[in-house]
Amino acid sequence: MLKIEGVTKIFNKGSVNEKVALKNIGLELGEGEFVTVIGGNGAGKSTLLNCISGVFGIDSGRILLDNKDISKEPEHKRSAFIGRVFQDPLMGTAFDMTIEENLAIAYARGKKRGLLPGIPKADQAFFRERAAILELGLENRMKEKVGRLSGGQRQALTLLMAAIVKPKLLLLDEHTAALDPSIAAKVLQLTDEVVKEHNLSTLMITHNMKAALDHGTRTIMMHEGKLIMDIQGEERSGKTVDWLVEQFSRKSGTALDNDRMLLG
Amino acid sequence: MWLLLQGSLELGIIYAIMALGVFISFRTLNMPDLTVDSSFTFGAAFSAVLCVAGHPVLGLIIAFIAGCAAGSVTALLTTKLKIQPILSGILMMLGLYSINLKVMGNRANIPLSKALKVPTIFTPFADTAVEGYIALILSGAILLLILFVLYYFLRTKFGLVLRATGDNDKMVRASGVDTDFTTLVGLAISNGLVALSGAMIAQYQSFTDVSMGIGMVVIGLASVIIGEVVFGTRSLMNRLVAVVLGAILYRVIIAVALRLGMPPTDMKLVSAIIVAIALSLGIFRDKVISLTGRQAVMAGQKGGDNDAEN
Repeated sequence: MLKIEGVTKIFNKGSVNEKVALKNIGLELGEGEFVTVIGGNGAGKSTLLNCISGVFGIDSGRILLDNKDISKEPEHKRSAFIGRVFQDPLMGTAFDMTIEENLAIAYARGKKRGLLPGIPKADQAFFRERAAILELGLENRMKEKVGRLSGGQRQALTLLMAAIVKPKLLLLDEHTAALDPSIAAKVLQLTDEVVKEHNLSTLMITHNMKAALDHGTRTIMMHEGKLIMDIQGEERSGKTVDWLVEQFSRKSGTALDNDRMLLG
Repeated sequence: MWLLLQGSLELGIIYAIMALGVFISFRTLNMPDLTVDSSFTFGAAFSAVLCVAGHPVLGLIIAFIAGCAAGSVTALLTTKLKIQPILSGILMMLGLYSINLKVMGNRANIPLSKALKVPTIFTPFADTAVEGYIALILSGAILLLILFVLYYFLRTKFGLVLRATGDNDKMVRASGVDTDFTTLVGLAISNGLVALSGAMIAQYQSFTDVSMGIGMVVIGLASVIIGEVVFGTRSLMNRLVAVVLGAILYRVIIAVALRLGMPPTDMKLVSAIIVAIALSLGIFRDKVISLTGRQAVMAGQKGGDNDAEN
């Protein structure tokens, strides 16, 4: 499925501000595996996701998706196989276009976009059906602009868009961090449903230790650009947030720098 | 008075084509493209030269293609060479000025007057019953055609991502689309329309001048913004029609001002002031709303905002 081999990413290479964001990262993800990613600020979590999706190029190593080396492909080509939801609810949708139009753009992912009508009648019904799954009443607001939705509604919609064409890989970059707790819980529940429904291979960054253990099948921890922990199955089940916090201090040699990671 | 109105209407219709071009770059790509000032003249230059050669219709077609080419170059400067959009436009504006002179055979202007027997798209109708209205009819027909093609195009699968590019280019790339390409197509069509408008103005006024495009981008922006403020932005059709009506309204405003004794030399200043006011209207509107507490009412008017706080 996804194979990351010895990936290193250096920002501002050769300057005084040089920063090694990823150090020789190796990671392998199986079909349908749902990995939660935790770590402090500057650990390299987002950089890792951005390197996989092609926002950043990498300095060494390889990234393989279904045994195909994608590390030289531009971002938009990789997007044909990778669904993404960002932390900022504004980033995932086009605010001045309708819910229906946004879904139509997502629905054509990986296909040729010609001069045929963007939203044929048959698709309209399909989009309504998909939107109804969210249980947010969006199916009755299909012609409304996305700019009129709340952050939570937008994130739910972005999630739907990321999976409307089944991606090989789903990347979630703290996609609930900017939401109210109750809405965040709802979006997380939707995430579980969507991942299960399509059996998606998923990488989810979260700042929330509890969510990291409650969701997914495997958890990895990053610190200063390195993978410092990788647990799954027996090793992971029944573990508490306290245990995870202790592991973090032991393996990173620092205390958690961030209350945000404990709360919620 | 009617003559004044008819003249404004004719000019407004032709300039509306230019304004639709500006709408594409400014609104759908979110990029104020200064290439417009020169691509307008670029179109007019080809139009004039081809009229003199006896091919007024071909002049419009070539003008459109030339405009597309100019827009494509601006797009490449921005996307491939990573030059800031505003600077790319300025560079094109400057460079095209010399090229426009070359197209015009190193003359600063080309007259197409009836006395010289130069054919334009309007001349075949001279001495017929519709002569007085032919500019209105012909330009109106061309504008309507463009309006419908544009409306269809912007709702196609490709049109949707073109519109989303200005909204959120990151989301467009995440949907598997190369935003460099959507920008290229958008700027090409935008400047193609601008050049076509210039080509029609040249034939309508029977005159092409190398400096006729100066300030054109500001007039285009004024038309777009006046249209939005007065006629709304509810749907795509609404937006396109608003741009057209904005362009016509702008011409009427200018005509009335001239009638009231404004010296023609002040026109560019007035245009600049209109755009400055129009661009800042949003701020004033927010102020008024917060002062009068009419926010809920305003939101209600736009329709069903009730569960936005979820």
